Amino acid sequence: MSDAAGIRVETPFQRFRAEFRESRIAVAALVVLAIIVLLAVMAPWITPQNPYDLAQVDVLDGKLKPGSKAFAGYTMWLGSDGAGRDLYSAILYGLRVSLTVGLAAGFLALVFGTAIGLVAAYSGGRTETLIMRAVDIQLSFPAVLIALMLVAILGRGIDKIIIALVAAQWAYYARTVRATALVESAKEYVEAARCLGLSHGRVVFCHVLPNCLAPLIVIGTVQTASAIALESTLSFLGVGLRQTEPSLGVLISNGFEYMMSGRYWISFFPGLALLLTIVSINLVGDQLRDVLNPRLKR
Amino acid sequence: MKLSRSLCILLTTTVLAAPALAEDLTIGLASEPTAMDPYFHNLGPNNAVTRHIFDRLILQDEKQNLKPGLATKWKPIDDLTWEFKLRQGVKYHDGSAFDADDVVCSWERAPNVPNSPSSFGTYTKGKTVVKVDDHTVHIKTAAPYPLMANDVSNIAIVSSETGCNAKTEDYNNGPASIGTGPFKFVSYSPGDSIVLERNDDYWGDKPAWSKVTLKPIKSGPSRVAALLAGDVDMIDQVPTTDITTLQKNDKLALSQGVSNRVIYLHLDHDRADSPFVKAKGGGAIDNPLRKLQVRQAISKAINRDAIVERVMEGVAIKAGQLLPEGFFGVSGKLKPVDYDPNGAKELLAAAGVGDGFELTIHGPNDRYINDAKIAEAIGQMLTRIGIKTDVETMPRSVYFKRASRGGPGETPEFSFILVGWGAGSGEASSPLKSLIATHTPAKGWGASNRGRYSNPEIDALIEKALATVDDAARQDLLAQATEMAINDGAIIPLHYQVNTWAAKKGLKYIARTDEATLAIGVVKE
Amino acid sequence: MTVFIIRRLMQATIVVFIMSLIVFFGVNVIGDPVDMLINPEADQAEIERTIRALGLDKPIHEQYLFFLKGVTSGDFGKSFIFGEPALKLILHHMPATIELALVSLVMAIILGIPLGLYAGLYPERRVSRGIMAGSILGFSLPTFWVGLMMIMLFAVYLGWLPSTGRGDTAVFLGIRSSLWTLDGLSHLFLPAMNLALTNISLVIRLTRAGVREAMHQDYIKFARAKGLPMRRVIGVHLMKNILIPIVTVLGLEFGSLMAFSVVTESIFAWPGMGKLLIGSLLQLDRPVVVAYLMIIVLFFVIINLVVDILYSVLDPRVRLRDQGT
Repeated sequence: MSDAAGIRVETPFQRFRAEFRESRIAVAALVVLAIIVLLAVMAPWITPQNPYDLAQVDVLDGKLKPGSKAFAGYTMWLGSDGAGRDLYSAILYGLRVSLTVGLAAGFLALVFGTAIGLVAAYSGGRTETLIMRAVDIQLSFPAVLIALMLVAILGRGIDKIIIALVAAQWAYYARTVRATALVESAKEYVEAARCLGLSHGRVVFCHVLPNCLAPLIVIGTVQTASAIALESTLSFLGVGLRQTEPSLGVLISNGFEYMMSGRYWISFFPGLALLLTIVSINLVGDQLRDVLNPRLKR
Repeated sequence: MKLSRSLCILLTTTVLAAPALAEDLTIGLASEPTAMDPYFHNLGPNNAVTRHIFDRLILQDEKQNLKPGLATKWKPIDDLTWEFKLRQGVKYHDGSAFDADDVVCSWERAPNVPNSPSSFGTYTKGKTVVKVDDHTVHIKTAAPYPLMANDVSNIAIVSSETGCNAKTEDYNNGPASIGTGPFKFVSYSPGDSIVLERNDDYWGDKPAWSKVTLKPIKSGPSRVAALLAGDVDMIDQVPTTDITTLQKNDKLALSQGVSNRVIYLHLDHDRADSPFVKAKGGGAIDNPLRKLQVRQAISKAINRDAIVERVMEGVAIKAGQLLPEGFFGVSGKLKPVDYDPNGAKELLAAAGVGDGFELTIHGPNDRYINDAKIAEAIGQMLTRIGIKTDVETMPRSVYFKRASRGGPGETPEFSFILVGWGAGSGEASSPLKSLIATHTPAKGWGASNRGRYSNPEIDALIEKALATVDDAARQDLLAQATEMAINDGAIIPLHYQVNTWAAKKGLKYIARTDEATLAIGVVKE
Repeated sequence: MTVFIIRRLMQATIVVFIMSLIVFFGVNVIGDPVDMLINPEADQAEIERTIRALGLDKPIHEQYLFFLKGVTSGDFGKSFIFGEPALKLILHHMPATIELALVSLVMAIILGIPLGLYAGLYPERRVSRGIMAGSILGFSLPTFWVGLMMIMLFAVYLGWLPSTGRGDTAVFLGIRSSLWTLDGLSHLFLPAMNLALTNISLVIRLTRAGVREAMHQDYIKFARAKGLPMRRVIGVHLMKNILIPIVTVLGLEFGSLMAFSVVTESIFAWPGMGKLLIGSLLQLDRPVVVAYLMIIVLFFVIINLVVDILYSVLDPRVRLRDQGT
């Protein structure tokens, strides 16, 4: 592979794309993920019901089997939940919430964690010790407990759950960035940049940071998936989002109580959507890890 | 892989091989008691479990009617004194005899347990117990008190030798858990199990079970799974969603009974500018909930049949007042309000809010059967008649503080709430005094009047009823007060909860209105 | 070494202190325990009495100082709900959780290492791809969902295993545990499996990654070139080197297993610390929540310490060092 790359003139991105394509599973996962995101974005235009508008939701439509007709005339292909929400609509809207929570939490944790990690790596000394101790402690403490306590204290709502998830996840980024940055800082190009008299900020952001990106992308995908899963777990434990504007997690945990009564669809379909989302993110992340890890190059 | 497979088979055989004795009974409980001390925590699950071990002077039967317990007879001998004749020849589990000294010291300990999160002072307050002879006691009050027998039925009797000076831990570990009840204490492991064995010398009907194990299983689906898997013989609080399926299962038998709990809506009767009532578009509005027509409109907008059929899966009864039919003090004239959305809209128009307004309904999501779903259904129904309703549900740990005193100056925070009330005394003065009577801390009235409803006429009726010892006259007064409150829209009743127990075929549970699960109520068919 | 340990313990004390402060005040903000505990029929006078009995009538900072004073003499306060010392309650629930975490750790190792080894040695085989896809499923599936599916399948439909609760216990080697009885083991199987799922995936992935990296390293190439049998290369040279990261991670995971048991325990009605915590949190039993978190933090610190020390023993290249020293 590396020989071939040497002969042909290939941009790094083209090489990356070619290597990513090696795994058919990963490509399939990427396609599924793209479809999921597209469906979530398009939700208001391709669903028969706005499940968040109480005037459109009727309890008399509740718990209908997949394929039943709703009062308003449309067919509920995936059935309805206990409150009378069309599950197809609810799942697409729920995907929006879950993806928003996952992406927002993942992105904020990435920014926050990266900043702290860079500060630690670049400043060294006492500041570094302090930050890294905090990171160690945070990492040794399970995310689910941190998030559980925070959400319990902060209360419900998308913003609050995002704060809790960021608080539970920033440390992963901080540690990775610091480790990579330390390695990079020791390299000649950084020294060279410094010798040229570039400012600290310029050195950090234009030279060190880009070289930390590969591991960050890998962690970012995994952490986004785990943020989505964590949100659904919190909802299950009763401290998640509001039930009138359900995320996938809320839909599943609402459906949880119907499991024994044979109304499988209420939590099965949202569960399937959640599963597809998380698995496809993780599969993509997995391939990214293989592609971006130079030590695995044959 | 191979290993786990063989392990599986090994485990399977042992499970199947364990023989179940016919006289053993295992019950899966939805709520766990917090102690074995009968006076530690005055709360349903505790009172139900301690009832196995400790008798009361007066017992409540499955309909909460009073029947003789350790007292055989009781009557008021004058306006301020009640006389109780005690049962003779009753022995404690350790063989010692029961007498009047036990009653006196039990009443002393009941309200005075250190660290008690909710004490029995509610029942012992204002009463003095006097021993007359070994088998007679008098209980005196400062004013005539008709509910004496109800209060007495809530106080367990412990032994003056082992129980009165014991600590809560002594009850939990066993040495003090010696009563006269149908079962003896064997072991208590919090979160795991409570084991009891039959008291063969019990003075009353002997239980059919030689050993009873109570296992707390909080999650509803897990509880159902435990029953279906045969790990427990019976469960309480069967989730409404599973009832239809379980009914079809011929290996199981269900029993149901209406409870003393009404689910209702409380509205802000007090504030002119109520925090969660807004004009259309979000501006300020003079609180329309203070107009009777608006309250009536809301009641009419609610499709109680839909709630009962759809949300509660048929396992509830439409409510028109504070307690279901058959309880003491209910009115014969009140019926559930019929669903009439057009009538509701007309009433809104007549009240000057024909264009509608905005409202938030607050409710708990882990307290009553399907509470969050009911709140959501009500949100839908009100939105449809033009009252744009937002639904906000929360865990009870957050909800009740805010609902009772979350606002400025410890006032109720919300404007429109979903709540429930179970009448522990089994008669109408309990909800009237707590929900309808004017909020008066000094008197102990209106403690749960979260809508701050106030009507001097009704207050006077309750006052009079609570001082009337004659049952027929009191019944009339209570019914009259209930009618006035409901017709004035003090609260909007939705439905009465129906409780469901499920047991293996061959067993039957005698459903109780007080929601308690008692091993003695499990009978073989 | 001694300096290292003392330093770590001092840091731990500070962490525990900050933790207790946050949680103590945090739980206070959520709601009022009195509303959770009191009988609805109680009047205002009775509510006042309860507030006093629980010591909630004093300002919050006074309550905290009082609590700190108690902690220095080993008293974490009494549970609002159970009226028993919080510490005693937690210790009472601890064996069940440790048992569960231990068994699921063992499951993770027994299942994870062989599967990971296979996937690492033959990365191109179909089975390996299956194993890797399966491992992604393993940590993608929400624990609560899998738990319920397991109850449905194994307890309800197949009737092989009990659905909930802990089985009989017995005393062996002075330890009371349900590990010593068949009934106990049969009750343990499902919840432990449920809890182990994520870790099985983790071990598979770690092992595979370790194998794949090691296979390209010189010592393995050298061992193979020397003509050593594959079995020996894998069993001795390879395993020795990939076990270190696995041991480290699993050591750390033991702690989070205990914490993650919150979910598993509440589904399987397992009478452990996790169920106690979630119950206490939902009922605002502040003394128990605070004590639990303080104990868990201590637990983590100790595990981390032990892992670090073990690491230095296993790998002489690693020197015990604290940042900044």
